[in-house]
Amino acid sequence: MKNWAILAAVGLAFAVLPLTGDNYLLRLATTVCMYAVLAQSWNFIGGLAGYPSFATAAFFGLGAYTSAVLQSFDVPMFTSWGAAGLVALLFAALIGGAILHLRGHYFAIASLVIAEVLREIVNTTPDLTGGGMGLNLPLMEGSSVAFEARFFFYAMLALGVLATAVAIVVHGSKLGFGLRCIQQNEDAATILGVNTYAYKTAAFSLSAVFVGIAGAVYASWVHYIEPPDVFDILLAVKPLVMVLLGGIGTIFGPPLGALLLLAFEELVWRNFLTVHAAVLGLIIVALVLFLPNGLLSLVRERLKRAGAPS
Amino acid sequence: MSLLVLDNATRRFGGLNAVDGVTFSVEPGEVVGLIGPNGAGKTTMINMITGVHPATSGRIQFDGRDITRMRPHQIAKLGLARTFQIVQPFPKMSVVENVAAGALFAGGETSLKDAHAAALEHLRFTGLADVADRPAAALTLAQRKRLELAKGLAMNPRLLMLDEVNAGLNASEVDDALGMIRRIAERGVTIVLVEHLMKVVLAISKRIIVLHHGQLIAQGDPREVLRDRTVIEAYLGPKYAAAYSGGAA
Amino acid sequence: MIYLQVLANGLVLGGLYACIAVGFSLVWGVLNVINILHGTFIVLGSYVAYYAYAYAGIHPFASVVIAGALLYVVGHGIQAGVINRVITAPVLITLTLTFGLDLMLNNAMLVAFTADYKKVNLANPLGSIEIGPVFLPGDRVAAMVLALLLTLLLYRLLRDSRIGRAIVAVRMDREAAALMGVDVKRINAVTFGLGALMAGAAGALLSIIYPISPLNSSMFLGKAFVVCVLGGLGSVPGAMVGGLALGIIESFGASWFGPEHAVTLSFGLLLLLLFVRPSGLLGKRGYE
Repeated sequence: MKNWAILAAVGLAFAVLPLTGDNYLLRLATTVCMYAVLAQSWNFIGGLAGYPSFATAAFFGLGAYTSAVLQSFDVPMFTSWGAAGLVALLFAALIGGAILHLRGHYFAIASLVIAEVLREIVNTTPDLTGGGMGLNLPLMEGSSVAFEARFFFYAMLALGVLATAVAIVVHGSKLGFGLRCIQQNEDAATILGVNTYAYKTAAFSLSAVFVGIAGAVYASWVHYIEPPDVFDILLAVKPLVMVLLGGIGTIFGPPLGALLLLAFEELVWRNFLTVHAAVLGLIIVALVLFLPNGLLSLVRERLKRAGAPS
Repeated sequence: MSLLVLDNATRRFGGLNAVDGVTFSVEPGEVVGLIGPNGAGKTTMINMITGVHPATSGRIQFDGRDITRMRPHQIAKLGLARTFQIVQPFPKMSVVENVAAGALFAGGETSLKDAHAAALEHLRFTGLADVADRPAAALTLAQRKRLELAKGLAMNPRLLMLDEVNAGLNASEVDDALGMIRRIAERGVTIVLVEHLMKVVLAISKRIIVLHHGQLIAQGDPREVLRDRTVIEAYLGPKYAAAYSGGAA
Repeated sequence: MIYLQVLANGLVLGGLYACIAVGFSLVWGVLNVINILHGTFIVLGSYVAYYAYAYAGIHPFASVVIAGALLYVVGHGIQAGVINRVITAPVLITLTLTFGLDLMLNNAMLVAFTADYKKVNLANPLGSIEIGPVFLPGDRVAAMVLALLLTLLLYRLLRDSRIGRAIVAVRMDREAAALMGVDVKRINAVTFGLGALMAGAAGALLSIIYPISPLNSSMFLGKAFVVCVLGGLGSVPGAMVGGLALGIIESFGASWFGPEHAVTLSFGLLLLLLFVRPSGLLGKRGYE
């Protein structure tokens, strides 16, 4: 109950942002929502199930290109977005069967390599995807800058809320419980009756579907995509960092981490442009060394110490 | 109808038959002891029956169904549970959550709430009710062994295979465990007990099976089996077997 | 006859790949850490060779020693100072850590050296060597021979020296090694340093073949990955087999499908292998 209330509150707070009339702020907020979707999705496979997936870039790019290619054949935008999510889901379910039996490092590498292979496939099919030249997306009719800023903000916000809503449901469900068992002791989970293969595939698919739609929305938002852009390895690593930042395996950790990371990025981009990669690296290192359980755990500790009677 | 039937079951690893052509059956309601020297293949046999390392040849039937090729989680749902020799809890979860997992995924409970309630019952039965909310990693060894037992019970098994539940326990802890196992058997659960402690085996088993180098070398009444020359030879070698075998088959 | 040329090209390439990967494989196999910095270490080694040649006329082959020594210190320091703190953490954590460190180092290099591709232009190149029906660029062959020599040296070190035996022991069973009196922390740092040394040395050798830029680091890293999965982790013979295999596959792949598909090919192969036999052609089912 508490979780739904928090989600509603945050959702509402964000929903009134356009009233400020600040397009730049809106753009930042749209990116925060997109980051939140990526982080929340990663949390299903990486946080709950404990399988360190680097496939987020693959799903994002796949969704972006699916939607863009469909729209180049005059499929309506919203339908293309939905199709992108579906394709990402099916792709994950299929690939999952092949790589989810790998553990640890091998799984991580395999998931990382998938994006590379997809990128190369796009590069070598220029007739369909524009290849290295990229692909343009059609503009919406009668749109203005202000309208688009609001439209895509609400689209990403809705996606973010949806992803978090699904997270709330999953965390409290049999699936979530089973995934946590798998993460802590996969052998014991199997013996206790958990269908680990099905559960892992479900988590992996969940980690793909919203990311795929986000890729599609992003593509429509920026009107032009190219392979290094939507298959960027950073898209695979940043969700991880966000989740680590906010608190792995929690419900609100991922979106919190998304907000924080974007705040850091904005600060750094403005002040340290040439070294912004290094600063991101520094943040990551500091995080891993000093705060592996994320900020949410710090907050919890404080609350416990403050609230609990001695 | 026998509850568990092994028919010439073999499990091969590389060039070695860890379980070699074993044939036996377990009747409902029995308590069967499974003994044998170290490396005889007892744990491998349990892994084979539960589908962790499926049989390379032969057949295994449980409750009339062929489970030879089934996956572990499917076998668990049919009512076959086992405990691990080296305990395997979910360390970060609480004790009650650990047991609830068993109730939810194999024990037939449909909601998390019901599983939780069922778990508390099993914790009371195994005497762990007062540590229900502590993380599993914080328990003592004896408590962890009982947690293994509680998890197995939560699965509502028809057949429960206990792999060295008493390893590492002191004498009074062993007595407690013995009492618990008896009470489980009284509830109608069929038990297969892998044990090194002869006192436990003799106290509770109606029948024993002896494994040596993966093969079944003897089975039958506990006292007779323990006087069997081949069994003594397996444990102590031919010299002692000659000295001890007072006339048994 | 063309096949012989393609094969020869593949072997030369493969020898270099083996050298690129062996340090990476060692670190992965012994410390259970995927060192994302490895590609950047290689590039750093290349820069050392470049500047040594440009400012002091030192031939890149001689720079192998300089680059190796320098990178050893860097690697040892990074491991002992930073990575060792989380060495027992799961995959996720160590991989993310080395990724963050790599972002820092790579960015620093971008700032220091710029992204412009630099090339070592040897004043006295060795020209083409003719072995039967096959033509090979002399410098590359020399580089490959040196690469193989280095790899062999590492192999001897691991087999015959005290510290080498300690490293192998830690690879097999960390706890048992500690119980035997091995200072695992020190071995971790030494191994990582060795991995960096091999990377720097390989970089120096590669400086005469590939253009030098921080942007190339991920290419080298990718190759190292594939070699490890092909050949198995933590063993020098594994890296050799994997490297040679990759070299030959890429060479034939380039000649059949065109060089632009070489990358896709190797990654596709990687995926296929992971599906089917993740421990590699030679490897044991080690660290999962």
